[in-house]
Amino acid sequence: MIRLDKLTKIFETPNGPVVAADKVSMEVPKGEICILLGPSGCGKTTALKMINRLIPLTSGRILIDGQDTAKLNDVELRRNIGYVIQQIGLFPNMTIEENICVVPKLLGWDMKKARKRAAELLDLVALDPNHFLRRYPKELSGGQQQRVGVIRALAADPPVMLMDEPFGAIDPINREVIQDEFLKMQSELKKTIMFVSHDIDEAVKMGDKIAIFRAGKIEQYDSPDNVLAHPANRFVADFVGADRTLKRLRLISAGEVADAAAPVIGAHGKASEAAAMMREHGAAVAVVTDADHHPVGYVRIEEAEGSGAAAGEIAHPLPATVAAGADLRAVVSEMFAHDTMWLACVDETGRFAGTVTQPAVTRALGETYRQAQAA
Amino acid sequence: MRKTLDLTKAAVPLATFALGLWVAASGLLDQIAAYWEDIVYLTEQHMVLVAASGGAAILVGIPVGIWLSRPSMERYAEYVMQVFNIGTTIPTLAVIALSMTLLGIGFAPAFFGLFVASLLPIVRNTYAGLLAVPAHLKEAATGMGMRPLVILWRVELPNALYVVFSGVRTALAINVGTTPLAFLIGGGGLGELIFTGIDLMDTGMLLAGAVPVAMLAVTVDFLTGQSQLRLVPKGVNPLR
Ligand SMILES: Nc1ncnc2c1ncn2[C@@H]1O[C@H](COP(=O)(O)OP(=O)(O)O)[C@@H](O)[C@H]1O
Ligand SMILES: [Mg+2]
Repeated sequence: MIRLDKLTKIFETPNGPVVAADKVSMEVPKGEICILLGPSGCGKTTALKMINRLIPLTSGRILIDGQDTAKLNDVELRRNIGYVIQQIGLFPNMTIEENICVVPKLLGWDMKKARKRAAELLDLVALDPNHFLRRYPKELSGGQQQRVGVIRALAADPPVMLMDEPFGAIDPINREVIQDEFLKMQSELKKTIMFVSHDIDEAVKMGDKIAIFRAGKIEQYDSPDNVLAHPANRFVADFVGADRTLKRLRLISAGEVADAAAPVIGAHGKASEAAAMMREHGAAVAVVTDADHHPVGYVRIEEAEGSGAAAGEIAHPLPATVAAGADLRAVVSEMFAHDTMWLACVDETGRFAGTVTQPAVTRALGETYRQAQAA
Repeated sequence: MRKTLDLTKAAVPLATFALGLWVAASGLLDQIAAYWEDIVYLTEQHMVLVAASGGAAILVGIPVGIWLSRPSMERYAEYVMQVFNIGTTIPTLAVIALSMTLLGIGFAPAFFGLFVASLLPIVRNTYAGLLAVPAHLKEAATGMGMRPLVILWRVELPNALYVVFSGVRTALAINVGTTPLAFLIGGGGLGELIFTGIDLMDTGMLLAGAVPVAMLAVTVDFLTGQSQLRLVPKGVNPLR
């Protein structure tokens, strides 16, 4: 857990004092990612660097796991905090292995253990240790260097990580991949992370909580969904953008809004039986599945009604299916692409998991507003 | 700068070779051989001067460069470097002459003059090389919990080493090129054969001094080049 208590930083400059952090108070629960988000110059980096004391604080307190860090010396504190910067900062004179082993070595680990750890970590980010351990940073692509930058910070298994726009320097496609990789790692490692970003999409994707900064002050500290759905003020609303509701689509998965009770029938089942189910459920279509319960088509109520055929015989091919894990943005995008109001949703094994309809998507997005009104 | 170095590198062996042909053909070889004892004695003297003044310049220049690059020196370092830069514009012959006015004649003023002339490029390159180490590397190192001396040793110096070496190489080239002048202030060395040869219009004597000096220059440059290639870590060595 990281707790900031009235953290303040005033830079004395020739043009007078600059307040870069103004009584910032917040708490990041253990195992969560908190995104410090805001426009350039709002004090995100300053807030972050006060935690590992690269910038000395003017006033306030920083507690890690309940302990006031003022009692620790700089070096001790820093060796227990993973630190990742936008420029990556791999040491060009050291091999990848040496880079990863920097902190373990500083902590006096046995070199054998440190080397083993380096290899494990490379494996974790899908870089072959045999190939990469002896390489130098300049021999790696930007994305590979960024991955090494992250695992280097993880080398000594610190409970807390500070990341300053860690994926800011890579191209958008690679960035998505690395973000996904990192989230997967985090779901196992459960580090407590402060993560600076200026990109609302990244914040929504990566954050358990988002702290929106303006001029050294926190404007809102909330879950991504609440920041998007209920911006605290005009500044936050403008910052998250007019399309903030669309951004919320990314926060909900298809599986969450899929109607698992939607009518479904085996290919050999009777069409009239499907019609009965549709009537009962108030649905216009029923999904037809094969023997493995994989969706293979659908039948319409008006065609199934009174038909003596098997469902498989009068079925239309499905326009598309979506994975249960896909977010609603992908779902809506598929719906628009195929000009359809509904999609069949499948689980990891390709089995039918329900149907997602446009009204259900709309309802899911509106839920939070109804709750707010009721309260 | 790079280009001229390359040119001299190519020109020196070629010229030496051509000279060798001509010397052999004209019977000068015998004349040179007549000075063999002098050559051995003076070469040794010459090499001692080069090694002592060059070595001292490295031993002093690198620490001074490091010291000037420390954050605590930030305010003064640029002024010191400006003084040093003005110093480099003084011709080495003048440095030697000034050294004589201070220390008289003999080994000491020769040593001192050569030391001063070689010092400047080493200090300048060490300082510039260390300042050129990207700030984010130092920040990453600090953020990971390295202490300042460890950062200097494991991050800053390795990353500046190539530039430091270039300074040493330049310094030694200047040093070897200037050492014959030491004779003029009684410092001995192969300059004795060269300058006396010129005075007496004795080509054999002149060459008995000039050829070893040329060979020494080539050897020293080769050795520093090789150590630059081998000692600078692979990740920060443009030669590898
Ligand atoms: N070393 C410094 N000296 C003076 N002002 C600084 C210094 N570092 C940052 N600032 C000022 O503090 C404010 C916040 O900077 P920073 O934390 O880097 O912003 P962000 O990371 O959000 O872009 C800016 O106005 C910046 O100009
Ligand atoms: Mg910043």
